[in-house]
Amino acid sequence: MRDPLNKTITTIPPSGIRKFFDIVNEMKDAISLGVGEPDFDTPWHVREEGIYSLEKGRTFYTSNAGLKELKVEIHNYLQRKCNVTYDSNTEIMVTVGGSEAIDLAMRAMLDPGDEVLIPQPSYVAYPPCVVLAGGVPVVIELDEKDEFRLTPEKLLEKITPKTKILVLPFPNNPTGAVMRREDLEKIAAIVEEKDLFVVSDEIYAELTYGDEAHVSIASLPGMRERTVLINGFSKAYAMTGWRLGYACAPAAILKQMLKIHQYAIMCAPTTSQYAAVEAMRNGDEDVKNMREAYDQRRRYLIHAFAEMGLDCFEPLGAFYMFPSIKRFGMTSEEFATRLLQEEKVAVVPGTAFGDCGEGFLRVSYAYSLKSLKEALGRIERFVNRLDGKE
Amino acid sequence: MREKILAVIEKNSRIDIHDLAILLGESEVAVANEIAEMEKENIICGYHTLINWDNTSEEKVSALIEVKVTPQRGMGFDKLAERIYQYSEVNALYLMAGGFDFMIIIEGKSMRQVAQFVSDRLAPLDSVLSTATHFVLKKYKDHGTVLCDEVKDERMLITP
Repeated sequence: MRDPLNKTITTIPPSGIRKFFDIVNEMKDAISLGVGEPDFDTPWHVREEGIYSLEKGRTFYTSNAGLKELKVEIHNYLQRKCNVTYDSNTEIMVTVGGSEAIDLAMRAMLDPGDEVLIPQPSYVAYPPCVVLAGGVPVVIELDEKDEFRLTPEKLLEKITPKTKILVLPFPNNPTGAVMRREDLEKIAAIVEEKDLFVVSDEIYAELTYGDEAHVSIASLPGMRERTVLINGFSKAYAMTGWRLGYACAPAAILKQMLKIHQYAIMCAPTTSQYAAVEAMRNGDEDVKNMREAYDQRRRYLIHAFAEMGLDCFEPLGAFYMFPSIKRFGMTSEEFATRLLQEEKVAVVPGTAFGDCGEGFLRVSYAYSLKSLKEALGRIERFVNRLDGKE
Repeated sequence: MREKILAVIEKNSRIDIHDLAILLGESEVAVANEIAEMEKENIICGYHTLINWDNTSEEKVSALIEVKVTPQRGMGFDKLAERIYQYSEVNALYLMAGGFDFMIIIEGKSMRQVAQFVSDRLAPLDSVLSTATHFVLKKYKDHGTVLCDEVKDERMLITP
């Protein structure tokens, strides 16, 4: 028989962390700090709107780009929160989660051999999406000393004549790093000079802490026409299971992304879209309350890690801490495995998010304070044991 | 800072000052002082426990009583309210807008005890025109907290 498989897909390695996760999922009494989704339920008024749309029998397809009302709400939202304006008819499309938008952007923009710069540690899906679109992923390894921000030096180092796209994954999963306006301005200058495009994954935008709100690179002068802005409802409104995101881009790019979407997906789930309209119209208060809860836990974890002697820079976004375990002389995976076996606490080894995540752990604080307290007690016991304090 | 302190301790009055200070990113002394101030100013009026009595063997009955009254000249409703809220059975007393004047929330050991309160204490008051007593059958949610079993975390470790 002939090989039924495509050569490219078979060269992509399966997610390395799978094995570890399987052990965790089977361990009944383990406390997990590994989950990458909100612990809150979707606000009830949003769920109710979804239920209502089903009751009304709105079980049809929407137009390929999404419900008109929703696109208008997205337009209003981006204007209100990010100070950037997109035409709801030609520059906004609703996708099946932010993940689909990433894939669409790559497929719509890359020719074989085009290079895509991917800062790591970051979300694991970027390199495979690039490869499947025929591009070549080029990793930029970020440093803790820069608080895992992308610096102009690091960016310039990796740019070649083939470079076409820069992925900008901030606020960042897994590090919690954010890019401030002044950081973005330096990046934008290079992007413009080198004639690159930006795929800005801003799915955690609403979860930015401290005095400065999230800044989208699309709002900087000259950047809107070079940027595909990706966001969604999963993290801000605790709507992961609804599978709803969106992409905004200049009409010429969006038109092609929409073509792929219409042939592959048709449209995003209708029920989810109706619920999302309600989320954007009346959900600001919910977002604010959830952010405040995350922020309190964030402060709690920073404090707890400092007390037990786990080095960690202060993350200002998303809901992850990224402490360093380098001083224990173990790999991330060894540390995570032993922590799981000995204290039954699950965290994710930093290497799941790129080789440069070695020596770090991703600790999620999308958990109740009660669970966090219990887990931190166990981590502290483990760390003390390693330090010979017992 | 006050609003933030209140938002946390309204849901969890047992949290210790040390943890509260960390959560809010403030110093322990500042938080302790602010709480002491608010106690003094009667913003914080007490620390209570939310109990689901249905899950105990204790017999308890709650009722809401709507009361229509004629306010007394020169004293409005306040004087009368004072006469009512002094009774230890009265858990809460509100002055209402709408079809009646006072809402009393009362807790007793039995329906009989509640009925006795209404007939012996409340109804005979000169200014009370009428009462309507509603017994609580089941409490689903109280003080912003759902009183049923805790839901368990069904999220899985998922990786793309």
